[in-house]
Amino acid sequence: MKTEIIISGFGGQGVLSMGKILAYSGLMEDKEVTWMPAYGPEQRGGTANVTVIVSDERISSPILSRYDVAIVLNQPSLDKFEPKVKEGGILIYDGYGVINPPQRKDITVYRIDAMDKAAELKNAKVFNMIVLGGLLKVCPVVSTDGLKKALFKSLPERHHGLIPLNMKAVESGMEIISKE
Amino acid sequence: MAEQEVTLMKGNEAIAHAAIRCGADGFFGYPITPQSEIIETLAALKPWETTGMVVLQAESEVASINMVYGGAGAGKRVLTTSSSPGIALMQEGISYMAGAEIPGVFVNVMRGGPGLGTIQPSQSDYFQATRGGGNGDYNVIVLAPNSVQEMADFVDLAFELAFRYRNPAMILADGVIGQMMEKVVLPPMKPRRTEEEIKKECPWASFGKTADRQPNVITSLELKPEVMEVRNLQLQEKYRQIKDNEVRFETQQCEDADYLIVSFGSAARIGEKALEQARAEGIKVGLFRPITLWPFPSRQLAQLARGKKGILVSEINAGQMVQDVRLAINGAIPVEHFGRLGGIVPDPDEIVKSLKEKVIG
Repeated sequence: MKTEIIISGFGGQGVLSMGKILAYSGLMEDKEVTWMPAYGPEQRGGTANVTVIVSDERISSPILSRYDVAIVLNQPSLDKFEPKVKEGGILIYDGYGVINPPQRKDITVYRIDAMDKAAELKNAKVFNMIVLGGLLKVCPVVSTDGLKKALFKSLPERHHGLIPLNMKAVESGMEIISKE
Repeated sequence: MAEQEVTLMKGNEAIAHAAIRCGADGFFGYPITPQSEIIETLAALKPWETTGMVVLQAESEVASINMVYGGAGAGKRVLTTSSSPGIALMQEGISYMAGAEIPGVFVNVMRGGPGLGTIQPSQSDYFQATRGGGNGDYNVIVLAPNSVQEMADFVDLAFELAFRYRNPAMILADGVIGQMMEKVVLPPMKPRRTEEEIKKECPWASFGKTADRQPNVITSLELKPEVMEVRNLQLQEKYRQIKDNEVRFETQQCEDADYLIVSFGSAARIGEKALEQARAEGIKVGLFRPITLWPFPSRQLAQLARGKKGILVSEINAGQMVQDVRLAINGAIPVEHFGRLGGIVPDPDEIVKSLKEKVIG
């Protein structure tokens, strides 16, 4: 089993961190992982993306032409990556960042209003964890247990107090994701 | 076993950890994207408090390479790291080190050029790395990692080769390998060599003259051309030995292949995916990956290419390693090139398409 994922959105939305936590979760479950960021000035605004591959076998290229799953958090990302989802693949988008919804009929499209949910939870910082929860609901690349272990592993100890809040955000993401 | 722990880190971070673990005595460098995590990680790990390794941010790349010249001249295991424009600035020092037969290590995490170029990945310094780069008839040993694991493993290997042959050795990576995170098992901790061990290993080094021996002179300068020619011939003899003994490469599914993709570093990872995709379409492709770019595995590639129908050299530049491949193949079968430029990284589809259009026809 190999899942090839692209996560793309505005710089500052936590795209790279989300990918990192996903990669760490894969590591916790003894899977092969690669995490390849677009490391340009995107991190400071503009569109940032990261390719994450989680696999039971050896991973060849960290750079891909097509993806099993695309998570797009703004319109430019949707325009760029909708055509690159494999036939039968999954596209997840945040309703807030997208004006023209995806059109393809040969893929499964999910909508997650994570921006609205984060506002409701009065914590914009958990936005990416809500999205990650949505992903794990519709495509369980890793288990929530693995994810929790990854948070302990990847966050500095002084931030471990925030892990329950983040896990709650993950749960809410699992609840609100819906098929189009 | 703590030593065997599998961790997740960037290629750049792996270089920093490996430098400490292989017993390096010093790092001198100047930050530049996409490799600044190397000096950042070293600063965070504070090896000067544990192994005693010096970590110094120099005022420039020119200063860094000359600090390496000085440190290695005293027989120390020292390194510097940079990216393309910074490595260009270091060429004078590298040429001097080759001329004086000094065993330093340097890492180039390549980005798009020419000039300041972009900060995105590229492989356009292949010529600079494999043809010497500075002035004079010389070569540096060039290792091309294609994974975070190899970033970690090649630091010690580069030092071993550099000291074995008293020659600069380079790790030629790029922004993909430097920036991506993968699983890695870090090499075991090796203590730094003691002063006594250094004196034994490097009798040529300048570690302070004592009354019982002649001075060790370290220089690349020689005013008498007759003497300089002899010194050059000695260097050429050393390079011949390196070519005979140190060629490294890897092959995948070449046995039954009709066509070969030849790629190094990150391009070889992308090439491997192109191979998988092409094989899924029924095209029999193999992958040949030079690990040492100098010495280049010419003989091995020529042997392997016998009976094949054609070769695609896929690299992230305008066509550099393809020249070495053509020299190796010597017209026996068609050799074509595919590359993207200026910081654009090709994806596997493009390589398969190019293989079909340019090689299979």
